[in-house]
Parts: sequence; C-alpha cells; structure tokens
Amino acid sequence: MAVSSLGTTSRKRLLWVLWVLAAIIGGLGFYERLVHGDRAADFSSYVPWGLWVAAYIYFSGLSAGTFLVAAATYVFRIRVLDPVCRLSLLIAAVTLPMGLLMIGFDLGHLERAYLVFVRPQFHSMMAWMVWLYTAYLILLFSMLWFSMKSVQPGRNPAAVTSDLATLRVLGLIGIPLVIGFAGGVGALFATVAAREYWHSSLFPIFFLVGALTSGMAFLTAVVSWLWPSRDAAWKDLITLLGRTVLVLVLIEFILEWAEFSIPSWYQIGSTYDLIRYVLFGPYWYVFWLVHLLAGVLVPVLLLAKTRSPGIIGLSAALVAVTFFAVRLNLVIPGLITPELRGLEQAYSDPIGNRLTFGYMPSWFEWQLLLGVIAFGVALWFVGTRLFPRVFPSSSQSSEVGL
Amino acid sequence: MDRRSLLKVGGLLGGALGAGKLLDIEALANPTADRVASLPVLDRVKIEPGEDVLIRMQRELVRAMNKPIEHRRWGMVIDTRKCVGCHSCNVGCIMENKLPPGVVYRPVIDLEVGKYPNVGRKFLPRPCMQCDNPPCVPVCPVKATWKRADGVVVIDYNLCIGCRYCITACPYQARTFDFGQNWASNAASGQDGGLALETGRKYEQEPSFEYGTNWHRGEGVIPKSPVGNARKCTFCVHRLEHRQLPMCVTTCIGRATLFGDLNDQGTLVSQQVIRNNAVSLKAELGTAPKVIYLI
Repeated sequence: MAVSSLGTTSRKRLLWVLWVLAAIIGGLGFYERLVHGDRAADFSSYVPWGLWVAAYIYFSGLSAGTFLVAAATYVFRIRVLDPVCRLSLLIAAVTLPMGLLMIGFDLGHLERAYLVFVRPQFHSMMAWMVWLYTAYLILLFSMLWFSMKSVQPGRNPAAVTSDLATLRVLGLIGIPLVIGFAGGVGALFATVAAREYWHSSLFPIFFLVGALTSGMAFLTAVVSWLWPSRDAAWKDLITLLGRTVLVLVLIEFILEWAEFSIPSWYQIGSTYDLIRYVLFGPYWYVFWLVHLLAGVLVPVLLLAKTRSPGIIGLSAALVAVTFFAVRLNLVIPGLITPELRGLEQAYSDPIGNRLTFGYMPSWFEWQLLLGVIAFGVALWFVGTRLFPRVFPSSSQSSEVGL
Repeated sequence: MDRRSLLKVGGLLGGALGAGKLLDIEALANPTADRVASLPVLDRVKIEPGEDVLIRMQRELVRAMNKPIEHRRWGMVIDTRKCVGCHSCNVGCIMENKLPPGVVYRPVIDLEVGKYPNVGRKFLPRPCMQCDNPPCVPVCPVKATWKRADGVVVIDYNLCIGCRYCITACPYQARTFDFGQNWASNAASGQDGGLALETGRKYEQEPSFEYGTNWHRGEGVIPKSPVGNARKCTFCVHRLEHRQLPMCVTTCIGRATLFGDLNDQGTLVSQQVIRNNAVSLKAELGTAPKVIYLI
C-alpha cells in the first residue's frame, strides 16, 4: 500500500512537471503567435489551413461527442449512463474552449472576430459555425451548472426533480444544436466546390459520426483511468462504453470505406489522385500506421476480445488520440494540389516559402497545440475542483448496474 | 497616330504611379460618387485604324468611367498566343501594389510540354477572374469581400478577419494571405547584401494604394492591414479611378492583355470575348469569370 501510494505521488509529481513544461513551451508559442503572427507556421497561401484547423475540428468533435452522451442520457433517461453525465459535460466544457482557442489563434485578425455577430453573412458556413458554437457554449455551461446543482448534498428532492426537468429541456435543445454544429463543421469543408476532396455529401455525416466516436472513446478512457471506485458497476459501465466505442469505430470505418472506395474504384479522377496521396503519398504512415493500425485494427481487436477495464481504456484512448490523424487527413489533402497545373512553379516566395503546396506542421504549430493542451489540462483541473461531484461517490456508482 | 501623339500618351500612361500620390484618394471598395473626368491629351490624338491597342483601351476607359458605376462591367482578355512569358505583368503588379513576399496577384504559369526535341512552352497569366458568380464571396463570415457594381471583387482590409476560408474557396487560387513578411528579411548576403537590405527596407516603407487608400503594413499583436488579410487582384480599381489602365495591361510587352468595359459593345474586349477561340477557365463550375483567354 505504501509503495503504491508512493508510486501515485511520484506519478502525480511527474504529471505536474510535464504540465509545467508544456505550459512554458506553449506559453512561448502563444507569445510568438501574438507578437509575430503566423510567420513561424508552415501553412501558406496555397495550403492555408493546417495543424491548427485539424486540431480545432478534433477538439470541437470531442466536445460534441461527449455532450451528446450527456444530453441523450438526460433526454432519454438512459439510467445506465447516468453516472457519466456530469463527467461528459465537463469534458465537453473543457475541449470546446480548447478548439475555440486553437481556431482563434489561426485567425489573422483575432481582434475582429466579433464582426461575425455585427456583420452577419448568412450564406457563410463559417458564420453559422460561430453562432452555433456560441449558442452551444451557453447551453453547455448552463447544463453543467444544473447538473452539478442536481447532485449537491442536501438539495431537496423537489429541487432535484426541477433541475432534472431543466436539464431534459436543455438537452432536448442541445441535441439538434450539436448535431447541427458537428455536421456543420463537415459542411464548412464540404460546401467548398473548389476542393473536390472535401466536396462530398458524406463529409458532414462523417464528421458527426467522427465526433461521436472520438468523444465516446475519450470518455471511456477517462472513465477507465480516473473513476474513483473500481467496483463491479464500474466494470459493467466500462464494458458497455467499450462496446459502444467498438460499434462506433466500425460505423466510422464503413463511412471511411465509402468515402475512399467510391472515387477510387475505377482509378480515375482528381479525387482518386488525392486519395492516393493520403494512402501512398509522403505521409502514408499517418493513414496506415497511426489511423488504421493504431486507431482501428488494434482497438477493434482488443475491444472485441477483452473485458478488462484497463485494456478497454487503453483501446479507447488509442481511438481517441489517433483520431487526430483522421482529422489531419480530412483537412490537409484537400489543399495539397494546385487548382491550376503549373501554379506551384509560377511564382515563388524565397523568404517564407508561402507559395508552395508542400506542408509539414512546424515546431511552432506543435508548440501552440501543446499550449492549448496544457490550457485544457488546467481547465480540467479547475473544473474538477469547482465541481467535485463530476465523478459519483462510490455508493451512487454501485447503485447503477447493467 | 504620329510620333508626338504617341509620346504624349506614353508619358501620360507612364506617369500613372505619380498621379496616385498627387490626387486626394479615397477608399474605392464602394465608390459613392463618380468623378467627371476626361483626359485632354486623348482629345488631341486622332482615332486611326491600326492604332496601338493601349491608346484605344485608354480612350474606352475614359468613356466607361464617365458612366455610372453600375453601367460598367470590367473585363480582361488575355491572348495566350501573344504572351511570351516575360512576367512583366506580374512584376508591374507587384511594384504597383507593393506586394510583399508570398503575396501574388498575377503569377504567370509557365508550362513546358512535350519531349525533347518536340517541346514547347505554354504561358498562362492568372489574375483574379473577377467572377460574376464569385465563390469566394459567400463564404466570408463577415461580408469583408463582395462584388462591386462594376463586377470587380474586392476585399475590405479593415474588416477581413484573416480566416482564409475565401482562399480555400477560390477555384483559381487567386487569393493569397499576407503573413507579414518582408523582402528585407533573409536579404541576400555577400557583396551586394547591404544594398539588397537597404532596398528591401525602402520598399517596405512604401505604401500600397490599393482601393485608393495608403496602406502601411505592419505586424504586431494587432497587425496593421493588409497584414493578416487575404489579398487579391482588383483590376487596379485605384488606377481606374484616375483613368489609368491596370498596371499589368500597361506593362505587357506583347499587348497580350486587353482590358475594358464588357457592357460597351464597341470596346476591344467586347469584340474579343465573342471570338471562337475565347475560353474561360473552369467554365463548368459556373463561376462566370470576366477574364477570358484567347487560345
């Protein structure tokens, strides 16, 4: 016991050191971004979106996915998922600001972002996204507040009933809202007719299922690793979550198969060339090793075979983390070919190489992503202290079974 | 046209840059009033068969500018058979708009085709197509870009939030992003290093007159526009306002770039766009470009 507690202490200390390091490195990145703009980034005029946009859709997807779990639980009274409701909401409340911060840093003029409200452009998918995010942010924090209030010790049953009724109504509003923005992010890309790789009706659906898959996987990993009580109810809960992740990964894979196989079947057309780039181009390993092997094959095999909570957690974490590769492979390949043949050699930029179709995220871009992750961890830390009942007490937890 | 007339008009066209500084210029993204203007020098140049197309286009420009803006529809015709790939249109554009590295409005695509010894080169200058149905406009979340009444697609640098959505939406990749770079950074070293650095610094301080405003770029926590903005070819609307043809038209050594009012059936461009060999790029997208190529 003493050894284990010592191990926990050193592990905590190590995590603290890692967080401080990440915060310092990320903080320097924030400073560089604020003072010198995007100059140290590798994205360019021809590949105008890069790692940060992929990170934004990744984090906003995590938020949407975990929110849907909580909202569905409140609205449809899914008793078995009741213990993870507040946790889901907190994860959603942490990952959304991470995504928004990431995309905020991507803007050339962040100080003018308010213009989206003052000068609304109703045709723009991006404007819709900003409005939906704002509505979602308000709704999410309201739900988090009510959900935490509902489990406050000593709160009278009538008030709890009223809280739950409010949560149900908010959840009912939240579900279409989140489906709208999770699919809407896909539509933001898919509506761009100039980019054939993006211009697919399947994209919004793909984004929505992706949000659910990554969100559910992330939640499962957190429940597996951080759940306070390790009882039978927890094991049952983990098994259920693991199975759900398995099903979602398989659905996502079917959609991916459709997305890749249809334009490639007769091996002709420009989308086929872009798919070849994803599969066999210079970053082939992102698809085959990071996504397919570590994000689909290994987790699917493990989730299908095991009932061990630790392994389920590990598999879910693999799905959640490697899902970033899916996001990268959605954004970047749409931009890497010239729309007009020969444009890549027409005129060059000897100073910053901004007129090229090659893209590899620079250290600065990773640095900023690390800073955003450190920011997210800090938010999580604050959130769990503000709302200590994110995890149910062991008595509550063991009341719930399959 | 005699030699004296040609010199007079040449002087007038060549003095284009200086004129911009002398006149009180205002933002042209949405011109509210049209100035009454004439170029007296043109009155002294007789219309003659076979006259230089620059003189003709200059005359047509004055005629168009004396119409209300909504009655004009600017178009450009690029004769690829006359283009020799000298890039002087691009260089002229860069100098006119004081473009920094990484920002380009009119690159000239230079393609080598065939296999030695049966080889050839194709040139395709690519300005903004000034589409009648511009896909870059509806994507902007803050209405910072729009099509003016005369058909020119413009950007308000003071509104653009720098999201680069419009850059992704342009099927011709005619928009580039101003990352705040300058020619003086990484300037050549060695014998001429000092000169390169000094020239680069002087160039940085030169304002750009795009949209009839003096733009002094600068980076910082709040960058000075157009740093942090999407940028594009404007058909030199700031020059048009002073009865000057777009810079790329005047610097083209082969008279391969023609410009004028497509609403006026008598203009050179209107006569060219109906030719059998007139094509537009990616016509299938329905963007309806107002830059037409003769092939």
